[in-house]
Amino acid sequence: MVSNSGFEETIAAGRRVEPRDAMPEAYRKTMVRQVAQHAHSEIIGMQPEGNWITRAPSLRRKAILLAKVQDEAGHGMYLYSAAETLGVSRDALTRMLIEGRQKYSSIFNYPTPSYADVGVIGWLVDGAAICNQVPLCRSSYGPYARAMIRICKEESFHQRQGYELLMTMMRGTDAQREMVQDSVNRFWWPSLMMFGPPDAESPNTERSMAWGIKRHTNDELRQRFVDMTVPQAERLGVTLPDPDLEWNAERGRYDFGAVDWDEFRAVVAGNGPCNAERVARRRAAHEDGAWVREAAMAHAGKHR
Amino acid sequence: MDDDNPYDLLAADDEDQRWAFGTGFTDPFAGVGTALPPGVPAKALARYCLALGDDALIYSHRLQEWVTRMPELEEETAIANIALDLLGQARLLLSRAAFADPSLGPDGLPADEDRLAFFRAPGQFRNVRFAERADADFAELMARLLVFSAWRLELCAALRACPDPVVAAITARSVSELTYHRDYAAAWVVRLGDGTGYSRARMREGLAAVGPLTGELFTASAVERDLPGVAVDPGTLRAGFDSALGAVLDAATLDAPAPLTDAPLAPAPLTDAPLTDAPLTDAPQSDGPLGRDGAHTPALSRILAELQSVARAHPDATW
Amino acid sequence: MPESTADQGEWPLFEVFLRGKRGLNHVHVGSLHAADPAMALRHARDLYCRRNEGVSIWVALSAAITASSPEEKDAFFAPAGDKVYRHPTFYPIPDDVPHM
Repeated sequence: MVSNSGFEETIAAGRRVEPRDAMPEAYRKTMVRQVAQHAHSEIIGMQPEGNWITRAPSLRRKAILLAKVQDEAGHGMYLYSAAETLGVSRDALTRMLIEGRQKYSSIFNYPTPSYADVGVIGWLVDGAAICNQVPLCRSSYGPYARAMIRICKEESFHQRQGYELLMTMMRGTDAQREMVQDSVNRFWWPSLMMFGPPDAESPNTERSMAWGIKRHTNDELRQRFVDMTVPQAERLGVTLPDPDLEWNAERGRYDFGAVDWDEFRAVVAGNGPCNAERVARRRAAHEDGAWVREAAMAHAGKHR
Repeated sequence: MDDDNPYDLLAADDEDQRWAFGTGFTDPFAGVGTALPPGVPAKALARYCLALGDDALIYSHRLQEWVTRMPELEEETAIANIALDLLGQARLLLSRAAFADPSLGPDGLPADEDRLAFFRAPGQFRNVRFAERADADFAELMARLLVFSAWRLELCAALRACPDPVVAAITARSVSELTYHRDYAAAWVVRLGDGTGYSRARMREGLAAVGPLTGELFTASAVERDLPGVAVDPGTLRAGFDSALGAVLDAATLDAPAPLTDAPLAPAPLTDAPLTDAPLTDAPQSDGPLGRDGAHTPALSRILAELQSVARAHPDATW
Repeated sequence: MPESTADQGEWPLFEVFLRGKRGLNHVHVGSLHAADPAMALRHARDLYCRRNEGVSIWVALSAAITASSPEEKDAFFAPAGDKVYRHPTFYPIPDDVPHM
């Protein structure tokens, strides 16, 4: 029987763990949950933005948004593919999502009532995701790291297009500028929450760091995101809705205000404005589509 | 690897062959001159391009409505791919229409792809009514996609010989896209027709549902008649279409439902009314029952109310 | 709650290999689900070649792939090769495992 000493050696040497390698059960379970929840986030994330495809106000913006949402489906599939190498089927993971036994990024439980949200999601939400994801390109689990590299390359266009839309709107009419500011007011704090609870409340961080599952802590990444984004906001001409946001010369970083962790916990627990709707849409597509999938298998069975 | 700047990692050119991102793009319109060919009436050409562009624009909208509703994730990328291809065709055709006749622009402003898409009224759209119908389920979606793609493929294949070089280039590129779309839909019609008993019943219903407006696809209107030698007479597409459809239905072990095999509608009488004066109504006209004449079903108004909503709310905005 | 059984229509897993225009050989890029090989090829084109042209695609049922591991030491492994990409039926996750 292969021992886990090969695993420890691989981690210590900074090499990648591959599907056939021995690994502690806790590592496998953590990896399945992390990769699956990341996959679910991409698929659910198609909805808040997909909402605006048919109403995009120029044909070029429509094409860009449709391509972006299509990419998100693709990213979900790359990630499910990585999760499946750990011995769980995509179908089982889909059922866990639909039944609420696995989660997805809570940012997607917020509604997107205005078209400016498309730009702000590209800028802030994809920006936060990139901050999270670039370090994951060095995840200790090989299939996940490789999926992350492909995803990061595709996502760089998403963030840039979002920001470019916002720049266009901020140079436009008063109504467009108000729409952007309103959207930023609604999405700023939820974007900070994307990095997860504060380090003090994240019990698994130390072990996850030791195993190369996490490369940076939640607070480190959140700080990095703020530092990168504040100058972008200034350049755009929007105000970030935090009166405590201030450059701290001593730290060489921005100080920022307190996140409302009660809101975060409520949304994570399923009481966000759109939780039910997001899952219901995914459930409907999956369940309504069962007869189609079955027909395809039946046909394949007759024609082997 | 420095991960302070998230983009450093992305810029590294590591020749990783697993990466399928943009390894070269060839411009299909390189070397195509944009000048309108002499002897081709510009306004008539514009109306024709508008009609073909509207077909693609409106049908792409219907396909976009299926994003996040497909029965499997792989089908999400497939349907988005088809919707994107058609949107691309629409943009090129509307732009050509605008170039050929800037006076097509509604409200007296010069036309461009966006003014045409977002600021015309329903009665000014020239798409076939077939494209504006909603699909009740996946079977009907595939039935409509099969008919639309097979028809448009025949049309674009014939238009590769168009005297207008831009239309010829657009349709040449469209042929490979539409072949893919048609084959995708055909594969699904076969799987559903010859799948389970339940899927077979649904597929039959889907084909029956798309039958009624199919005749319009092969019926010439003023838009085609005003452009002899350039526009394709849609009646000539019937044979190729029937052959393709027949092959698919055979493989699906289904019979063609009656409305799909109907003869084309009787041609509408010639009208002298210029395009932009078409009545703003959705009720089919007694002297012009065709979408090409601006007569549409109520579905088009609903589509446009959604499609045009943000643009119309900010008429002076740039996006 | 009914016992978790696989969906009647669950599509098998296929592995995807691509050779790019400048490539000399096919490289594994990931996996996807399809009902049959022709569908798998089409899906592979949609999923992995959205931004690329003129790419050669191979798909193979995951269950049909036999692979070795470069880290293997003979003494620890049976002589027969094993499947690199485990088929989904091997490890169903029990319902009562939290956070999974």
